Amino acid sequence: MARFRVNGVAQELDIEPEMPLLWALRDELGLTGTKFGCGVAACGACTVQVNGNPVRSCVTPVSAVEGTDITTIEGLAVNAAAALSPVQQAWIDHQVPQCGYCQSGMIMAVSALLTANPNPSDDEIDGAITNICRCGTYPRVRKAIRSLTAATTA
Amino acid sequence: MKINRRRFLLGTTVVGGGLLIGYATTRPSKHSVANDTLAENGQSFLTTWLRIDPDNTVTVLVPHSEMGQGVLTSLPMMAADELDADWDLVRVEQAPATDLFANGVLVKGFAQSMGVSVPGFLDGAINKVSEIMNIQITGGSSSVRFTGENGMRVAGAAAREMLIKTAAARWEVPESELTARLSHVHHEASGRTATYGELASDAARFEPSPNPRLKEPHEFTLMGKPIPRIDIPAKVDGTAAFGMDARLPGMLYAAVKTSPVFGNKLVSVNSDVALQRRGVVRVVELDDAVAVVADNYWRAKQALAALDIQFEATANDQVSTQSIYAQFDTALQGELNEDVEEGDTPTALAGAATTIDATYRVPYLAHAAMEPMNCTVHFHDGKADVWTGTQDNLGIRGRVASISGLDENDVTMHMFYLGGGFGRRLPNTTNTIDQATRIAQQFDVPVQTIWSREEDMQQDYYRTAVTSAFRAGFDASNNLIAWENHYIGKNEPAEAAHPPYSIPNKSIAYADSPTHVPLGAWRSVAHSQHTFFLESFVDELAHKAGKNPYQFRLDMLRDKPRHTAVLKAAAERAGWERNLPEGHAMGIALQESFGSIVAQVAEVSINSDGSVRVHRVTCALDCGRSVNPDTVASQAESGIIYGLTAALYGEITIANGRVEQTNFNDYEMLRLSDSPEIDVVTIESGAALGGLGEPATPPVAAAVANAVYILTGQRVRELPLKNYRFTAAPVERVA
Repeated sequence: MARFRVNGVAQELDIEPEMPLLWALRDELGLTGTKFGCGVAACGACTVQVNGNPVRSCVTPVSAVEGTDITTIEGLAVNAAAALSPVQQAWIDHQVPQCGYCQSGMIMAVSALLTANPNPSDDEIDGAITNICRCGTYPRVRKAIRSLTAATTA
Repeated sequence: MKINRRRFLLGTTVVGGGLLIGYATTRPSKHSVANDTLAENGQSFLTTWLRIDPDNTVTVLVPHSEMGQGVLTSLPMMAADELDADWDLVRVEQAPATDLFANGVLVKGFAQSMGVSVPGFLDGAINKVSEIMNIQITGGSSSVRFTGENGMRVAGAAAREMLIKTAAARWEVPESELTARLSHVHHEASGRTATYGELASDAARFEPSPNPRLKEPHEFTLMGKPIPRIDIPAKVDGTAAFGMDARLPGMLYAAVKTSPVFGNKLVSVNSDVALQRRGVVRVVELDDAVAVVADNYWRAKQALAALDIQFEATANDQVSTQSIYAQFDTALQGELNEDVEEGDTPTALAGAATTIDATYRVPYLAHAAMEPMNCTVHFHDGKADVWTGTQDNLGIRGRVASISGLDENDVTMHMFYLGGGFGRRLPNTTNTIDQATRIAQQFDVPVQTIWSREEDMQQDYYRTAVTSAFRAGFDASNNLIAWENHYIGKNEPAEAAHPPYSIPNKSIAYADSPTHVPLGAWRSVAHSQHTFFLESFVDELAHKAGKNPYQFRLDMLRDKPRHTAVLKAAAERAGWERNLPEGHAMGIALQESFGSIVAQVAEVSINSDGSVRVHRVTCALDCGRSVNPDTVASQAESGIIYGLTAALYGEITIANGRVEQTNFNDYEMLRLSDSPEIDVVTIESGAALGGLGEPATPPVAAAVANAVYILTGQRVRELPLKNYRFTAAPVERVA
């Protein structure tokens, strides 16, 4: 049995311990907001937060997240106790997404970064946000991140 | 797309036979068919693309796919503006993939863009053609300039006239005394007012005019304003559904391995190994592939990996990038097909004071959309349902029908957002759909076929590799008098290899040289290769002639005022070659594609490891008029990064008949850390609308390579740039 909490809800799944968290979320729990992009942790579309840390769920076996608290894009706003988290709101304000497929992972990675480091340097942003976006939303991703850190870095 | 139940019903209850806008050329008109078959709860279709509910909401039905280009916002803006609708009361739905919503305006737009004149009385016939051809395509940067300009605006204006006519009849006042504003019709003299919702059911009894009065730009209330995109909220909270997110009761998942050598057939597979694994339901053998179907995609994928699959060996196993390039070189020495012949190029070259030769080459490229290819199909009760994101819903409906032998009207498409299109999800690139259909035919439950990233990368329809050989001649005064260009493959669009510059003698020709590598349209199609070739070679010529590359181009654009204005705007905005930091240089490039003119200036430096760093790209573009300026900017940013990714990293190579690259670790992508600043300036020339999804992609490779030449003295004649290690050896600059 794999046991962990997803967006505050306890889950108990009779699945193989080596099943990647991505497929447990998508195919067993029906949480399709987390995306499959590459399967080898190269693109970040599958990024979720495990105990607040960004994790690429496509290569993370459920055995490695036993007993943890997992947050997916569906739960981000719930944890923020608002309709949208500040990152999500910034994404709307700066009209960031295009096709949108990579944006769940992008938003999860950015919100984990800003929680851990509310005032990242450009190098720190570059180092932390390595998610691939084929639509090329990077300039707006950076602007949206900067809008959230502007108070302390402008 | 949020798929609600009514949308499902829409797909199944329509009877065919109607035509597009329902104008006077057809009986029964399309909107009356829509009202008879689709309207419910007091709804009224005023054209097939506009439905008004009694609560005064206006729903715009968009016959294009949303893949991030903002079409679900820009097209409703165009209809709503002409309709004088209150934007807060406008809703959007994707038009069902049924005959009734085939897109005749698009066919007409493409015909006219190719120089074919289509008289109005043929509109009905065009619509019929669009039905027969199953046209509902999103591609060719066409949605706003054709469907929007010639379809949505006309539909909105016609509906507005029908509403005014209805109010005039109801109140017994002349139409001229009525005004439409914010989804209401007003009679100022008597103070009477009615909502569109109150008038719609009576208005629907009129025929929509085929040529209603359209607004002048100064009358626009929505067009030209940066309206937030309708699809974005769902894309930040995880609710936006892509094809891969289809979830259905009892569904199964299929993982597929196709012959890595394109076209080679399956010989054998040891299915038993897979069947013993947890969750595996069946192993399906296809002509050139094996699928494992299981109750969870990961289980299917793991079982597939455990199989020993044997494919046949053929002569194609010997094909490599090197053999293909050798084949191209041979073809260029053989028989050529004429593209452009102007003046007398052989004589001009023979008499030239100076000639310059250069051969350019670019590799195959994969689309690598973020959402790996996938398709879900359910056969039941002699019918099929299909869940997928595609650039052509009607075309895919037809494809599934033809493979399964069903009538098209028994195939229902369920539409989704596309996790990237870029040409990969166009018709005639249906290998995923074909497989998904054949796999699902063996089941009575829905089966979702998902390609791994590796399959996605190795079974693409690739942007073709091209070799392009140039020879140019100058006269004794250093004027460019002759241009000869021989390249591989017929171009789409046909003008991709035509330089915009005034050169008296031009001879452009191509050689056919097919290989077994499957080809498809890749964002900007042939412009992506040829703009790199043309704008790099023109840059070579400028340096050869001792002229500044910017001025050299300007001098040859005297009869092209729009091109001149765009080139100047880019150079001025970028501060062409002014105040550059030490070690930085600028390159410039220009191209017209899909009706828009784009110039870009790239500011570049060389990293200490000899790789290329692009700091800033300044982009000037003239698309006639901006419908949604923020979308114009975002499409330019997107096109530049797509083109820059290819210029820096993009390379699909062939060895032993198969693609060598497997995933993003060996087919690299630009990321945030190497993404340049992008500055977009638009020129509102008022010309006919141009496209936006593609035109920003072509120029960037040449702009960067031209800057690299300034920094290193090395002319880049092959991409990608990752294959070079440059050492800085600046060439002398020409002021």
